[in-house]
Amino acid sequence: MDRPPLEGEGPVSAPTDLRASKPVPPRGAGGEPARPGSSRLDAVAASVAAGRARRGRRRRAVVGVLVAALVVVFVLSLMVGRTFYGPGEVLGVVLGQDVPGATFTVGRLRLPRAVLAVAAGLCFGLGGVTFQTMLRNPLASPDIIGISSGASAAAAFAIVTLSLDDGQVSAFAIAAGLAVAVLVYLLSKRGGVAGTRLVLVGIGVAAMLDSLTAYVLSNAAQWDLQEATRWLTGSLNGSSWPQVVPVLVALVVLTPLLLSRSRDLAATQLGDDAASALGVRVDRTRLVVIVAAVGLISFATAACGPIAFVAFLSGPIAARLVGPSGSLLVPSALVGALLVLVADVVGQYALGTRFPVGVVTGVLGAPYLIWLIVRTNRSGGSL
Amino acid sequence: MTADHTLDAEHLTLGYGELTVVDDLSLVVPPGRITAIVGANACGKSTLLRSMSRLLKPRSGQVVLDGREVHRTPARQLARTLGLLPQSPVAPEGITVADLVGRGRHPHQGLLSRWSSDDDRAVAEALEATETTALADRSVDELSGGQRQRVWIAMALAQQTDVLLLDEPTTFLDVSHQVEVLDLLTDLNRRRGTTIVMVLHDLNLAARYADHLVALAAGRVHAAGAPAEVLTEDCVRAVFGLDSRVVADPTTGAPMMLPLGRHHVVAEPTVGGPASS
Amino acid sequence: MTTAPPLPAVGVAVVRRPRRLRAVWLLVLVAVLVGVVLLSVTVGSRDVSLADVWAALGGATDGFDRASVAKRVPRTVLAVAAGAALAVSGAVMQGVTRNPLADPGILGVNTGASLAVVAGIAFFGLSASTTTIWVAVAGAGATALVVYAIGSLGRGGATPLKLALAGAATSAALASFITAIALPRGDIASSIRSWQIGGVGGGTWASLEQVAPFLVVGVVVCLLSAKALNSLALGDDLAAGLGERVAVARGAAALGAVVLCGAATAVTGPIGFVGLVVPHACRLLTGVDHRWLLPFSAVAGAVLLTGADVVGRVVARPAEIDVGIVTALIGAPVFIWIVRRSKVKAL
Repeated sequence: MDRPPLEGEGPVSAPTDLRASKPVPPRGAGGEPARPGSSRLDAVAASVAAGRARRGRRRRAVVGVLVAALVVVFVLSLMVGRTFYGPGEVLGVVLGQDVPGATFTVGRLRLPRAVLAVAAGLCFGLGGVTFQTMLRNPLASPDIIGISSGASAAAAFAIVTLSLDDGQVSAFAIAAGLAVAVLVYLLSKRGGVAGTRLVLVGIGVAAMLDSLTAYVLSNAAQWDLQEATRWLTGSLNGSSWPQVVPVLVALVVLTPLLLSRSRDLAATQLGDDAASALGVRVDRTRLVVIVAAVGLISFATAACGPIAFVAFLSGPIAARLVGPSGSLLVPSALVGALLVLVADVVGQYALGTRFPVGVVTGVLGAPYLIWLIVRTNRSGGSL
Repeated sequence: MTADHTLDAEHLTLGYGELTVVDDLSLVVPPGRITAIVGANACGKSTLLRSMSRLLKPRSGQVVLDGREVHRTPARQLARTLGLLPQSPVAPEGITVADLVGRGRHPHQGLLSRWSSDDDRAVAEALEATETTALADRSVDELSGGQRQRVWIAMALAQQTDVLLLDEPTTFLDVSHQVEVLDLLTDLNRRRGTTIVMVLHDLNLAARYADHLVALAAGRVHAAGAPAEVLTEDCVRAVFGLDSRVVADPTTGAPMMLPLGRHHVVAEPTVGGPASS
Repeated sequence: MTTAPPLPAVGVAVVRRPRRLRAVWLLVLVAVLVGVVLLSVTVGSRDVSLADVWAALGGATDGFDRASVAKRVPRTVLAVAAGAALAVSGAVMQGVTRNPLADPGILGVNTGASLAVVAGIAFFGLSASTTTIWVAVAGAGATALVVYAIGSLGRGGATPLKLALAGAATSAALASFITAIALPRGDIASSIRSWQIGGVGGGTWASLEQVAPFLVVGVVVCLLSAKALNSLALGDDLAAGLGERVAVARGAAALGAVVLCGAATAVTGPIGFVGLVVPHACRLLTGVDHRWLLPFSAVAGAVLLTGADVVGRVVARPAEIDVGIVTALIGAPVFIWIVRRSKVKAL
């Protein structure tokens, strides 16, 4: 059976009927007088661009506010404490001057602690949102599927049992983190449906590793709840510069790697097939991105333990702030840093006793986490 | 008019793990036409399509686009010529229509390139062609099935490829939306000359809308050609294991398959006669 | 066509096993239990001979060996009782929620019980007594309700994934609360430890006496629910169609499960995975008939926990590994195996 003739191929009728006699105009040359609606096309294109600009403005505003808040809280955390130091003194210490009294307290105690808080928060925020985007599931966060538990178990083992130094502890942690990621992936990869199964396998692996950590800790000289808390929920107590350095190195090296893949990562949200159809090398992207995320998480965990819920919550909070478009990597990192810093300050000074940061994020994060699950479930979301 | 591209599958053998799904299949896709692939469940239709769009590496044989092997072409480059709408694409939560359609520009944007007016233009054209401009600022989650499918097609359009593969684009839609989508694809083919290859499960819609019909059975091509030649009672029996009568559809003249079950069959058919070309 | 089509598989394959075979297996399990119990009493940081065991049971506590036995007997009894309770609780939870991954540990119910007790100790001066058990049961019940409520919102009701996630999230949240309460209280820090890792080391005759009525009531309620659980397995609608009062049956069974695991946790602290692993293993022998599954689970659970305790005492001599850690190390791989084995649809 013949198909109907292509538009424009029909018999030439009156010469004024340009559309009928001309061949179909080439794609993209929208300015032709005979083609109706080219100005409409311009209008639509303009409104599309405007929508994008609007979202871009919102995103820039949110990032700006987050950075400003971070700076303010950072400075505050340096000033506030048992002894109060004014901004001038604090600035002096930061610049390297010798300010009596402040140099030790601010320079040796508070500054490394604050820097580690920000660095670890950035790492957790980046790592968490990467996994959640990659696995298309807000609950597939590294602290739920076992990566943090693995890094933490390795770090606890390295410190409590083997008494290694900070660099070696970090190495242990990242090795364990990667091993867990590979293990969970291999265990859950069957017939191609990785999402649900991966999360469940991760929960199982996490439970196993948490009990290992508990075992390592219970075998120490005596049950030290403080030490246990550090490795089970995260703590910034006793932060020192040697601990901070590996985390900063990880940030400097791995963040650009991650950001370079941010567009490909966003494309994978559409499903593996659709992303491949758009020209994304899904397997390679996944590998690079996961290695970078696991690296960030492991280095941060080795320094301060698996600070509860930060990796999990940074992404969803950033998503609510920034709106549904664009890459969440940078906003999530900033949210993570802010969460850790604020929780640490609150844990140290706002409550009667000094609570480690992990307990604060755990207690404050828990209701939000449950609310998030409730909300996601109720809106039929991506669980 | 878009450039005509030749797309051939040559002696393709495909499978997952130990399972062989497609066995020594060869197929020529006529350029500038609409091709529909039909067959029973698990006969290899989706697998074939996925291999043609580079998602699945063949065990042997090759897919050739314009003389170049598809699996040797860099992914991004291929994505500028050949687009695929997979079976169950996922829309990120809360994404707007304009944003999702914009994702289709991915293969045209490098690592550092920003959005250009060409990109905006392509998105606008895609929205207009699918008549989804009015929905541009709405969230994809809120749309109906037919609207959502139009939006996915718009995304594939924004990719501005000359060849478009669609894996079961109508499967979960109700009848009015199915016709809507198929009419849209026909417009695309007629106005721009896009080569379209689609897997359909509805035999009659396939026969109506396709210029070229391919029937697959057990991983091989059973018949390929104009719908009137392919859709015969023997073919339906061989491919689907079903007795049927094939008559001419009174509304379009295309062949129409009427399945014969065990009940409710009148002795003599009253509409038309056996299909004639 | 001349042959009838084969019977379709209805969900999980219902295998008809001859009653005699199951009875034989049950006897075998009981024999294994006796063996493990003997092992538990004789083995430990110092091994003891059977003659000494006999003498100690008769009341003689002279000598180190007999004193060791005197300590080990209640510990063993506790392991047996808690193992049975947790296993039955898990089997019933799996039946009530139609969820192959239900387990008191995964659903956070254990942590809820622990939190209730820790809060009681910290704020209300609770000490080891029957009240503790009531508090633990109340905590377990409240947590179960909350987790189930969260997990069943949205499409599909309480799917295994949503329940497991709700459980994991709630468990993590409650664990944070436990730490938050315990940290500033140096005075109770030592007693808190047992609430963070489960173990049977604290078993004494006194605590066993207190917990026994709860366990008995819980087991009886669960066993009585066995038939109802069989119907519930077909889905609420079908069960109602078969004449089952769905809400009542579910409520009663859930209550039994919560009492069992709350009471067990009150004495041992949180021990996970027993309730998950044991019912799955038993199903291989009994099929899905709960009237056989529950008794089997009870015996097998006792075997598992007692065995795990023996392992914990032997592997790291003279120190001990708490049984909660051993069950996690054994149970998690089994959990993963179950997840891998299940078809995705079932999840």
